Amino acid sequence: MKTHLIIGLLLLCFVGLSGCTGIKPWVKPYERNNLADPIMSLDRHGAAGSYIHHVYQAREGARGAEGGAGGGCGCN
Amino acid sequence: MVQGVVVVVTNSSLFSTIFGNTSKTLFFKAFFVLLITVNSILMAADAMAGTLPVDSVDILHHRFDGGGMEIDGPFVLVRKSIGTQVSVNGHYYIDSVSAASIDVVANASEYTEERTEVSAGVDFLHEKTMISTGYTNSEENDFVANSVFFSIGQDFFGDLTKLTMGYARGWDEVGKIESDFSEDVDRQIYKLGLSQVLTKNSLMGLDIETISDEGYLNNPYRSYRFFDPADTTKSLTSVEVYPETRTSTAVAVRGLYYLPYRASIKGEYRYFSDSWGIDAHTYEVLYVHPFGRQWTLEARVRRYSQSSADFYSDIFTHEGANDFLARDKELSTYTGMTYGGGVTYEFGQGVIPHVNKLKLTLLVDYLKYEYDNFRDVTAGDGLLDAGTEPFYEFDAWVTRASITFEY
Repeated sequence: MKTHLIIGLLLLCFVGLSGCTGIKPWVKPYERNNLADPIMSLDRHGAAGSYIHHVYQAREGARGAEGGAGGGCGCN
Repeated sequence: MVQGVVVVVTNSSLFSTIFGNTSKTLFFKAFFVLLITVNSILMAADAMAGTLPVDSVDILHHRFDGGGMEIDGPFVLVRKSIGTQVSVNGHYYIDSVSAASIDVVANASEYTEERTEVSAGVDFLHEKTMISTGYTNSEENDFVANSVFFSIGQDFFGDLTKLTMGYARGWDEVGKIESDFSEDVDRQIYKLGLSQVLTKNSLMGLDIETISDEGYLNNPYRSYRFFDPADTTKSLTSVEVYPETRTSTAVAVRGLYYLPYRASIKGEYRYFSDSWGIDAHTYEVLYVHPFGRQWTLEARVRRYSQSSADFYSDIFTHEGANDFLARDKELSTYTGMTYGGGVTYEFGQGVIPHVNKLKLTLLVDYLKYEYDNFRDVTAGDGLLDAGTEPFYEFDAWVTRASITFEY
């Protein structure tokens, strides 16, 4: 029973993600002006951004998932 | 466009566990089919294009001033592409520390030291797939840390989605000045990140990170305190005892929205939990407002709060009261606020030959930490009864001034 459940989940994942083939980008390239603006970056400050994470890590118990990448228009 | 995602099982015993009593022939057949499917995914990825990080030199001067600590120094980050598929990077970072914090004053004498960190890394781009790896070394007179990382990122859905997975491994050597004390810490880090364009004006990010430590996790200079059995208005101290393992998980979600006028607002929440019993919540809001093409102002507010570790106490009833004993203020219950502002000025192309963009940035943050169960033992010139001292608090200014060249 457990084996069948695992097989089923694997197949479901595979079929589900395969279905992504049909998904079209819902924000067209010509609609990405605002997203391409530098103010829409999740990490605008490079080394300065890394430093402030270091400041917090040294003084707080929590750690990880600081991000640091991403954002922008996806116009690569 | 990605055709599908599969799970590749390369361990035959695991395969048998999943698929029941299966022959090796079936295993290899299935494995071959899965390989073909993976190959088709990579072939599909070939149809897409991507870009490497921009070539740049980032020179930062940082300063932390507060809570008895003064820390400053340079941070230099360089990125350079080699051809169209490879970009290398490296950074050099120094913390010059002058320490007279409450931990130092309560347990030892003031000191100065320097921490130096260097790293080298490489990004390899194949169409929409970015593979990154790197090495970092950090050294101070009583601590050495080495780490390596590997990550892979992939853009999907017409570049609206980016998925990144990473793994890092670290090895620390914990020492103690003027002694031959030496202990090790091993660390493993697993990261999963998702960046998603939601609309033409908004995007979001989701990050999950699990960190596992094993080894000597104490700070060898710190001690816990307990009531003096001969006089309970006073306290004595002894060496802290930490567990030798720690596993933590942090989940963060971020949203960024382009306002109807040219400005953006970012909201962020992070939840953290670890095997020591610490739960933490971080909230941050950032507002960015450009003026023309050259000036950008920003303002941010951040709130951090956490609960104590299970084995934390400001003062224990007696020596060896528990298996584990700690009085690090970083393991107590407290709240931290940050109020920050910044200004950026960008020069356009042509100001300096071969430099596409020159950016000057000044960021100033005011930090305030208030502790709910960590007392200030230095208050009242040490004349107050043990356990009745006021709760500790401190504030600090963090300044970051940087110049960035993109070429």
